[in-house]
Amino acid sequence: MSAEFARPGPKSVLRSPPVVIGVLTVLLLAAAVAGLTLGPVRIPPGEVLSTVLGGERTGAYPTIVWEVRLPRVLLGAVVGAGLALSGTVLQALVRNPLADPFLLGASSGASAGAAVVVVMGVGAGAATDVALPIAAFAGSMAALVAVYAMARRGGTMTTGRLILAGVAIQYVLSAFTSLILVLSSRAEHVRAILFWTLGGLGGARWDQLALPAVVLGAGAVLLISLARPLDLLLTGEDGARSLGLDPGRFRAGVFVLVSLIIGVLVAYSGAIGFVGLMIPHAARMIVGASHRRLLPVAALGGAVFLLLADLLARTVAAPEEIPAGVITALVGGPFFLWLLRRSSRTEGITG
Amino acid sequence: MSPAPSPTALAADGISYEVAGRTLLDAVTLDAAPGETVGLVGPNGSGKTTFLRCVYGALRPAAGRVLLDGADAAALGVKERARRVAVVPQDSPGTFGLTVRQIVAMGRSPHKRFWEQDDADDARRIDQSLRRVGAAPLADRRFEELSGGERQRALIARALVQEPGLLALDEPTNHLDIRYQLEILGLVRTLGTTNLLVLHDLNLAASYCDRLFVLSAGQLVASGSPHAVLTEELLAEVYGIRTRIGVHPVTGSPNVVYLPLS
Repeated sequence: MSAEFARPGPKSVLRSPPVVIGVLTVLLLAAAVAGLTLGPVRIPPGEVLSTVLGGERTGAYPTIVWEVRLPRVLLGAVVGAGLALSGTVLQALVRNPLADPFLLGASSGASAGAAVVVVMGVGAGAATDVALPIAAFAGSMAALVAVYAMARRGGTMTTGRLILAGVAIQYVLSAFTSLILVLSSRAEHVRAILFWTLGGLGGARWDQLALPAVVLGAGAVLLISLARPLDLLLTGEDGARSLGLDPGRFRAGVFVLVSLIIGVLVAYSGAIGFVGLMIPHAARMIVGASHRRLLPVAALGGAVFLLLADLLARTVAAPEEIPAGVITALVGGPFFLWLLRRSSRTEGITG
Repeated sequence: MSPAPSPTALAADGISYEVAGRTLLDAVTLDAAPGETVGLVGPNGSGKTTFLRCVYGALRPAAGRVLLDGADAAALGVKERARRVAVVPQDSPGTFGLTVRQIVAMGRSPHKRFWEQDDADDARRIDQSLRRVGAAPLADRRFEELSGGERQRALIARALVQEPGLLALDEPTNHLDIRYQLEILGLVRTLGTTNLLVLHDLNLAASYCDRLFVLSAGQLVASGSPHAVLTEELLAEVYGIRTRIGVHPVTGSPNVVYLPLS
């Protein structure tokens, strides 16, 4: 057993972070090109490249590529990366690999916050652009704090309590979101229920890309620089403290940061689930649990995964479009069950 | 090898701790001279682990002070305290598949800014510590896959790279084969740190500790050299057992022989 782990073989070369990141980058570019090529109208890859790289803007194909598909692909990559990053960090914060922005209610909290702004019609135009992400941020943070407090009651946090609290909050909040959108009795609000509760990338627009991209970029840099204390959290409360980290203060700060990322992403993509559950897990299997390696790999993996999920979402039933969150849930639900089954058998997984 | 940090003088003065109105520790006073190995013994629930947690800062005592080289530990930052006191816990929780080397490297954290990566010097210290505890061949294994004794050695290596003056060990021999128990305790004595050990086994405590402190229901009931502390009367009172205590013919330590309960 030990010899098998100690020997550097071809397998460990394939798993070295630079190689993994290189492969994922290539996959990301391929998924992006596929996302620009495929759809109700199939556009030759050559046209796609001449539009994106050559600056061709006029004509039917360039308009579709530039105005419709490119913002959608970019938003998909940003949201996928952000959800995977948030999931990875949430799992460290609660020291439980079953955590996910959606399962812990944060995404639904963000949706609920955003829906309130939409229904109340806070301002218009620019004012909504500001209010929407702020309300989503507040919603996701409130949900996370509530779930964490409930799961921690009595001092110890079990996997069961964490997931039950998360799912309960998530249900209440998405029911609330549906309720206020229906009660507003405006057709476009009722149609938006699907978007806010299941998520989708169909609303991507160039003028709404900057904020999610900046928040993701800054968040990623900050979180990767926090890799060391994130690792320390894995050793538990006493362990982290005896290694020089105040776990309570650090956790509170990172909860705020993760809520911000989730809130801003959900404000533009709705509550897409399970990306933050599956991708960190897969990334950990490839490069290990150390956050300095894990976070970049998870972010890239999340981007690739959501691009592919969205590609499926808009092609399998074309011209009908399936919310991207439906695809991720169809893949992620069974994955979650598999993890749950596994966590009851292996040690080191339970909270 | 880098010069070993000098061992810390520990003085815990009148430590009390209570939770929900129940007193777990009642004015316990304990001291350890630099380089000394002192053992904390007592029945289950007597407050040994609680006391240890007060010493390394996981718990804040309701009364009393912990002094490290004369400085009040409560006034030290979390990081500063971790540079002086390292902990070898009974066991470590699940770590998501971190490798032994990654676990040991965590011991460098109190010496680093949080965004700093380990440099060549850190890598060298980590290698040294792994070798010192005989865990070098385990470096790339996943921590969760190790046996109890291997984990214990990895956790000691982590404490060593922390370069502490005081090492707090919570039943480091729990669940270990007798050979590993002797190995671990022998190793601890060679580290050059001041050591505070919580131990179950009275004979091991007698042969590896310079002085013993006996806790019973949160109170300190005896302290001193193993010969002075381990008496048939005290063990009858504290543990409710009958014993015969002699001097071990080979080691010269007190030798506790347990008799059947009446």
